[in-house]
Amino acid sequence: MSELLATDRLVKRFGGLLATDNVSIDVQHGEIHALIGPNGAGKTTLVSQLTGGLAPDAGTIRFLGRDITRLPTHARVRLGLARSFQITSVLRDFSALENVALAQQAHRGHSFRFLADVRRDTNRTEAARRGLAAVGLDARASTRASALSHGEQRQLEIAMALGGEPRLLLLDEPMAGMGPEESQRMVALLRGLKQRCGMLLIEHDMEAVFALADRITVLVYGRAIFTGTPDEIRRHPEVRQAYLGEES
Amino acid sequence: MTEQRLMGRLFTPRALITALLLVLLAALPLIAQAMGDRYILSVGTRIVIWAIAAVSLNMILGYGGLVSFGHAAFIGIGGYAVGILSANEISSGWIQWPVALFAATLWAALVAALSLRTRGVYFIMITLAFAQLVYYLGSGLEAYGGDDGLNISRSRFAGLIDLRDKAAFHWLCFALLCATLWFCGRFAHSPFGHVLRGAKSNESRMAALGFPVFRYRLVACLIAGAFGGLSGILLANEGAYISPAMMSWVKSGDLIVMVVLGGIGVRFGPLYGALAFFVLEESLKPGLDLLHKGWGEYWQLVFGPLLVIIALYAKGGIAALLGFRHE
Repeated sequence: MSELLATDRLVKRFGGLLATDNVSIDVQHGEIHALIGPNGAGKTTLVSQLTGGLAPDAGTIRFLGRDITRLPTHARVRLGLARSFQITSVLRDFSALENVALAQQAHRGHSFRFLADVRRDTNRTEAARRGLAAVGLDARASTRASALSHGEQRQLEIAMALGGEPRLLLLDEPMAGMGPEESQRMVALLRGLKQRCGMLLIEHDMEAVFALADRITVLVYGRAIFTGTPDEIRRHPEVRQAYLGEES
Repeated sequence: MTEQRLMGRLFTPRALITALLLVLLAALPLIAQAMGDRYILSVGTRIVIWAIAAVSLNMILGYGGLVSFGHAAFIGIGGYAVGILSANEISSGWIQWPVALFAATLWAALVAALSLRTRGVYFIMITLAFAQLVYYLGSGLEAYGGDDGLNISRSRFAGLIDLRDKAAFHWLCFALLCATLWFCGRFAHSPFGHVLRGAKSNESRMAALGFPVFRYRLVACLIAGAFGGLSGILLANEGAYISPAMMSWVKSGDLIVMVVLGGIGVRFGPLYGALAFFVLEESLKPGLDLLHKGWGEYWQLVFGPLLVIIALYAKGGIAALLGFRHE
């Protein structure tokens, strides 16, 4: 295993609130690392710092051995750090196919081309079709993203995140709002993608987390209190008290 | 594409109406001559010029979702560049036009670099503020007519075209409108255009995909500014006259009205919008005067509510009524 992403004593304050308190976590190649914790534990704040939406007050983020702490979002994405959103975020006015095509286009160098017609670019269309097929959405290619079901939109998000051949995927609650059936499909989908890229998974659905994760980090009040395998997490008394006990 | 499908696409009502409109605009000098009416040609030429400006606004407003309330500044800068050079005995269009285009593009770069850091109503206010800056600058240029404006001589393209010839000038404007519309159509379906439209649909998503949205929007503003400057050049040459009125905030508002009225984000929308705007203006004035002498001045009292009705009940503007889908 080789290291994809590592944070070193990351700190983020909002006024008097320590939202990220000296967090050091890492994700290895071929690994699904899950981040769990009660609401307000600072999971999304942490992810925002990883993607470049928020600047940390202290600490560093390394990705593929490179310090990316101060890189803007788009530069991180270029390096292979993709994300999906907690709230479904697709281009609602575009077809499913075009959503994936744009995601792939983002990685084909610049798009400052003003006269080429994307509708006649068969390579572009074919690549997007393959991207949709990878998440099982090929039948919905020409449907507007806004007309897709919630579960399908989440699948589309994954296809978009994969559009840039990322090395690491940050998944912010991919099962949020899904029924059990949709959840199962997503679990199978993510498991199948594990060899393509590592994943940092934030999820409230414990069943999914334990089914997918190789390692789990527990975040409470901004602090990473424990990191271990699913079995270790189940047995850990502090974790049970701080988190699992609260849930059940 | 099979021949049948191609024919099906060419002979839809909207394609026929658009084609008819373009033929009518192209034939206007001949029609005006046959009717012995020179005024109608002058109105037609102005429609064509304002349509170029409206198409350029549509590039950022319609496809980019950037509500610029300062688009008239580009017209003003294009016009004043021509006027100021002309007043200083530099009458060659080969110098005037590139300088004017460059000035308008430069202004677009400046305004966009600052205003694109804001969103929503702040963006509207900043673009308006910048345009007002140019407007008052123009008013203060006493050497170039100040508030009253300035009569200028038209750009010279020795041996190529005489801009004083109303018919030739109209055809030049018409050709440039066609070029602008052609570019806008290509632009809308280009990789660049899709990024711009994606950012309109969901900006944070586009950034998360790895697109530096700011840069794309900046370049879109440069393009729109250049085409806006072009319409200013033409407007100055149409009346052989420049004045701050051509870049007042009212004109920026008129341009937004033309785009919204015609159909936002549709290639030919602004053309319909500009046409409807002028036809309504030119017919409401005498129409109301006919009802009661002096009422014509208040044509906007009728025009305003009409716009409200269109905004409320005809979403997508004239283009939607004709069956154009939002691209």
